[in-house]
Amino acid sequence: MALEQDQVRNIAELARLQIDENQIGEYQKNLTNILDLVDQLSTADTTGVEPMAHPLDAVQRLRADAVTESNQREHFQTIAPATDNGHYLVPRVIE
Amino acid sequence: MHNKTIAQIARDLAAGEYSSVEITQSLLTRIEQLDKTYNSFITVTAEQALAQAKAADEQRAAGNANAWTGVPMAHKDIFCTNGVLTSCASKMLSNFVAPYDATVVSNFNQAGAVSLGKLNMDEFAMGSSNESSYYGGVKNPWDIERVPGGSSGGSAAAVAARLVPGATATDTGGSIRQPAAFCGITGLKPTYGRVSRWGMIAFASSLDQGGTMTRTAEDSAMMLNVMASFDPKDSTCVDQDIPDYTATLNNSIEGLTIGLPKEYFRDDLSAEMQQQVRDAIAEFEKMGAKVKEISLPNTHLAIPAYYVVAPAECSANLSRMDGVRFGHRCENPQDINDLYKRSRGEGFGEEVKRRIMVGAYALSAGFYDAYYKQAQQVRRLIKNDFVEAFKEVDVIMSPTTPSPAFKAGEKTSDPVAMYLEDIFTIALNLAGLPGMSIPCGQVAAEGGNPLPVGLQLIGNYFDEARLLNLGHQFQQATDWHQQAPADLA
Repeated sequence: MALEQDQVRNIAELARLQIDENQIGEYQKNLTNILDLVDQLSTADTTGVEPMAHPLDAVQRLRADAVTESNQREHFQTIAPATDNGHYLVPRVIE
Repeated sequence: MHNKTIAQIARDLAAGEYSSVEITQSLLTRIEQLDKTYNSFITVTAEQALAQAKAADEQRAAGNANAWTGVPMAHKDIFCTNGVLTSCASKMLSNFVAPYDATVVSNFNQAGAVSLGKLNMDEFAMGSSNESSYYGGVKNPWDIERVPGGSSGGSAAAVAARLVPGATATDTGGSIRQPAAFCGITGLKPTYGRVSRWGMIAFASSLDQGGTMTRTAEDSAMMLNVMASFDPKDSTCVDQDIPDYTATLNNSIEGLTIGLPKEYFRDDLSAEMQQQVRDAIAEFEKMGAKVKEISLPNTHLAIPAYYVVAPAECSANLSRMDGVRFGHRCENPQDINDLYKRSRGEGFGEEVKRRIMVGAYALSAGFYDAYYKQAQQVRRLIKNDFVEAFKEVDVIMSPTTPSPAFKAGEKTSDPVAMYLEDIFTIALNLAGLPGMSIPCGQVAAEGGNPLPVGLQLIGNYFDEARLLNLGHQFQQATDWHQQAPADLA
């Protein structure tokens, strides 16, 4: 199925990706080709087939509700783009 | 010294032929001389490597050495290494000095191995040619105009060029086996859940699996002995007995049945490559194995299913790269949305953005059932094909790739053509099965250089030991694994 340019802009917005306006056409072409490849899936009869999320159909393991990790905030924040007093800094969100 | 395998180095170190510092220094010098050409390393950690080697030599002198003490190797740059740049070959993480070690990395550290550095790859492991790396493409040592395959192209090229005897790698749709085939080495992707994914930067969590790149099956067994571990930190890691993979390498293969899926021996495969693969299978027959044609009828659905599941999972996994806690942040963000969009738009390369967008689309309201749910159902059909086949055969064999290494730039403008590269490898990831590629022949490229051909061995769940046994027996009877690129012999 062919994607419209507005759909490409919408997907980029959903994915929080800045795409240059002059590249929208290239994305439109490539994403359409990929979706055409993927559309072969519709030829498969999957009536009554259980979707497979884990190759070994494993279930989530449970563990004791105990503290196992220590606080390493300062260590982890050394690689942050901007911090202040132990907080991550971002542009103002609430006016 | 550079031609030595992991097993030989381990024996030589034990016999006192040379020290870990000596072999480490010798390989570091070789990397400095040759890797300008191949670009297989993103980061060389010379100082740390020599410190690890010195500590290993001291441990040996104190009488506390084991099989891996002082043996050099390197990690794909997808594994987090404490205090060392872990870029995943992306601009997004080009400033990410990991604050902890991946479980795989700490397993090798604890075993006493010496890490020489971090290896190049496709950005976030998305690619089949290593051309999507922010740090530039990697050259195939057999012909530097050609790609080494991907995504673990740096791991494969470094092992093929004899810069390291072994390297870690990861495989989401063929990223170990395809580059191993292109570079004429041995690559093993274990069963999903055999190797911990903790600290291995996630691309598609239900498909990703760490594995080995070596020149021999014996070395792969030695690496897997260290890599495989039950890890409570990875909720998908499987708690199951781990055998000594080196213990069964010499078992007889007499009476084993090899399945040949007719869908993997297609007419459009080059006749010369097909012949090399058939000759390799005949070698196993000489050793007493039997051959049986089988069918995996849903093979044609593997690539379509993969290109829903993998992008959907990648769009979720890569949402953590948002310019807030680590990684690339754009200059002067106007508001929070601008911060996210420009940081991500600038930080990710084209292929990564394409896959995030395909995933976001497939998961969006109204399309979920048609894409993601249908793909997960097809996934089960593909798995069931293998389950049926393994009732009749012990192992499945096929070519690893439809063609030998292609030229750089040949497929970069057409993503779908690149995706079809993984046509023989992708179904295993969807099913979660183990697979291995071993060199089994060569074809002449136009221009004259011989190019390696890979044989793919597909095992039943947790049957890595059998794959390694078969690979080792083949390598006892043939010398394809000892062939080196002409310039390096």
